Amino acid sequence: MSPAAAAFKTDSKLERILSQGDFAVTAEIGPPKSASSKGVRSNAAMMKDVTDGQNLTDNQTAIVRLSSLAASVHVKEAGGEPIMQMVCRDRNRIAMQSDILGAYSLGIRNLVCLSGDHQSFGNQQTAKNVYDIDSIQLINMVRRMRDDHVLLSGEEIKVAPPKMYIGAAANPFADPFEFRVLRLEKKINAGADFIQTQCVFDLERFARFMELVVKRGLDKRVHILAGVTPAKSDKALRYMKTVPGMMVPDSLIERMAKAENKEEEGLNIAVETIKAMRQIPGVHGVHIMAIAWESAVPVIAERAGLLPRPAIREETAQAAPAEGKKTAD
Amino acid sequence: MIVAEQKPIAEIDRLLEGAKKVLIVGCRECVTVCQAGGEKEVNTMASALRLLWATSGRNPGAEILTETLERQCEPEYIEQIVKVAGEVDAILSLACGVGVQYLAERYPVWVVPGLNTKFAGGALEQGVWTEKCGLCGDCILYKTGGICPVIRCSKSILNGPCGGSHNGKCEVNEETDCAWQLIYDRMTKLGKVDRLLEIEPPKDWSKSRDGGPRKVVKEEIRI
Ligand code: SF4
Repeated sequence: MSPAAAAFKTDSKLERILSQGDFAVTAEIGPPKSASSKGVRSNAAMMKDVTDGQNLTDNQTAIVRLSSLAASVHVKEAGGEPIMQMVCRDRNRIAMQSDILGAYSLGIRNLVCLSGDHQSFGNQQTAKNVYDIDSIQLINMVRRMRDDHVLLSGEEIKVAPPKMYIGAAANPFADPFEFRVLRLEKKINAGADFIQTQCVFDLERFARFMELVVKRGLDKRVHILAGVTPAKSDKALRYMKTVPGMMVPDSLIERMAKAENKEEEGLNIAVETIKAMRQIPGVHGVHIMAIAWESAVPVIAERAGLLPRPAIREETAQAAPAEGKKTAD
Repeated sequence: MIVAEQKPIAEIDRLLEGAKKVLIVGCRECVTVCQAGGEKEVNTMASALRLLWATSGRNPGAEILTETLERQCEPEYIEQIVKVAGEVDAILSLACGVGVQYLAERYPVWVVPGLNTKFAGGALEQGVWTEKCGLCGDCILYKTGGICPVIRCSKSILNGPCGGSHNGKCEVNEETDCAWQLIYDRMTKLGKVDRLLEIEPPKDWSKSRDGGPRKVVKEEIRI
C-alpha cells in the first residue's frame, strides 16, 4: 500500500468524495418484496453517474424484502457504489459480524448502522425482535473490526479485517431535541464517519440543529449528509407528518395542496430544499430518499445543480492526511 | 411481583376437555395481588366453568374442587394438596407459570395453566399493572436514573433514544412512554445528564436468558 493510500480508512469511493471536500450526493434504493434483482440493478444503473453512493435499505419499516447485502452486490455489479444498511432489529452480534465479513468479501465498502423500525410497523408483526446490540454499539463494533482488527468479543481478526466506511443516522426532528446533538456526538465517538439525516422538511429546525452541531465542532469530526425526500402529493406529506420522528410544516402541505402538477411541485420543493441546505454551515452533502420514486433522483440532482458528479481527484491522496485527522476518533 | 391475567374461559374449557374431576388451584402471592389467581378468582372460575359445562352440555357430570395455596412456588405448599390431587384427573393452576410447573412436577395428572404470565411489574393505578423489570440478570438501573431500558424501551436500546421518540412517546404507539425520554428527563433533573454521553457497551446477555434455567445459590443457607 502506498503511503498516500494509507491515509484513507477504507477504499470507499464515498470516503474519497467527502474527503476531497466535495458536496456529496447519495440516494436510497429500496430492495423489492421479491427475489428479483431487476429493479435494484436498473435503479443502480440510473443512479450511478448522478450520485456518489446508493443506500440499500435493510427490511425497512420491518417489511420483508430482498436483503440489503444481496441488493448491495447487485448494485456493485451494476456499476454503483453500494452503501449497505444494517439494522439491529433482526440479527444478533454473531449474524451481524458474519454479514459484515461477508459483505466486505463481496466488495461492499460502506455500511450504515441503524436501530431499525420496530416490527410492529411491518408485515411480520408477531416476530421477536433481537436488539442484542444497539446502533451505537454496532458502529463501535464495525470501527473496532476495521481499526483494531478485533471481533466484538475481543478476538483478533488475523487476516483481512473488513474495512467499512461507517455511516449512521441522525434525526433532528425526534425528541428530546437538546439531546439529539449529544447523541450524534456519541455516534461520532463510537466511530461514525458520515451521517445521513432523517428527511428534512422543516428547514428551520434543521438549521437550528446544525447550529448546535457546528457549535460543538461536530461537523469537523464527521460528514453530515442532509436527508431529502420528494413528495408526490399533499396526501403523502400529511401521512409523513404522522410518522413518529418526522416533521412537516403545514405551509408545505398547503403549498402542495394548491399545486396543479403535484409531482412537479414535489420536485421543486426537493430542489429548493437542497439549495437551502447547501447554504447551511456544516452540511457536507445530501441523501435523497425518493421512496418508490427512484426516477426522481437524476431529475433532482440535475435541477439542484449537483451534476456532473466530481471525479476522485489524484491530489485527494495528498490532501487526505489532514482530512484523515479531521475524522479521527 | 409477577403479573398475570386469566386466559379466556373458552380456552380453559378446551384445555380441560374430557376431564371428569378438576381441581382448581390458586396462589396467595402475586396473582392474588393482581387479582388473577387468588381465592376469589378460584371460586369465580369454578362457578364459571360449572355454569358453562351445565349450559353447553360439555363435560357432563364433571366435578370441580378448589384449593388456594400459600405459594405455588415452594414444594412444601404443593405437598398440602397431595390427597385431593390424587383424586382428580386434571388440575387447573391459577398461579404464574412457576406454580404450574411445580404442580406438574409433583403430580402425575394433567396440569394446565389458567393464566397467562405476563411480566415483572407493579400497579400503575387501580386495576392497571405495568411492566418494570426485564429480569436481565445484570442490573444497570444506576446508569439510567432508575428506569429500565431493557424492558421499557421497545428496542431495549442502551444508548437511546432512537429516532422514533416524539413528544415523550415511543414510536411504537401513542400510549407508550419513551423510556429514554424518561431517562433523559430524570438524569437532567438529577444534574447527571453528562453520564448519558458515555457509550454503554454491549450487554452481557449470558447473564440473562441463556443455556437453560438460571440458578441463584446462597451457600450460607444451604444444608
Ligand atoms: S422511541 Fe424510545 S422507547 Fe421507543 S424504541 Fe425508541 S428509544 Fe425505545
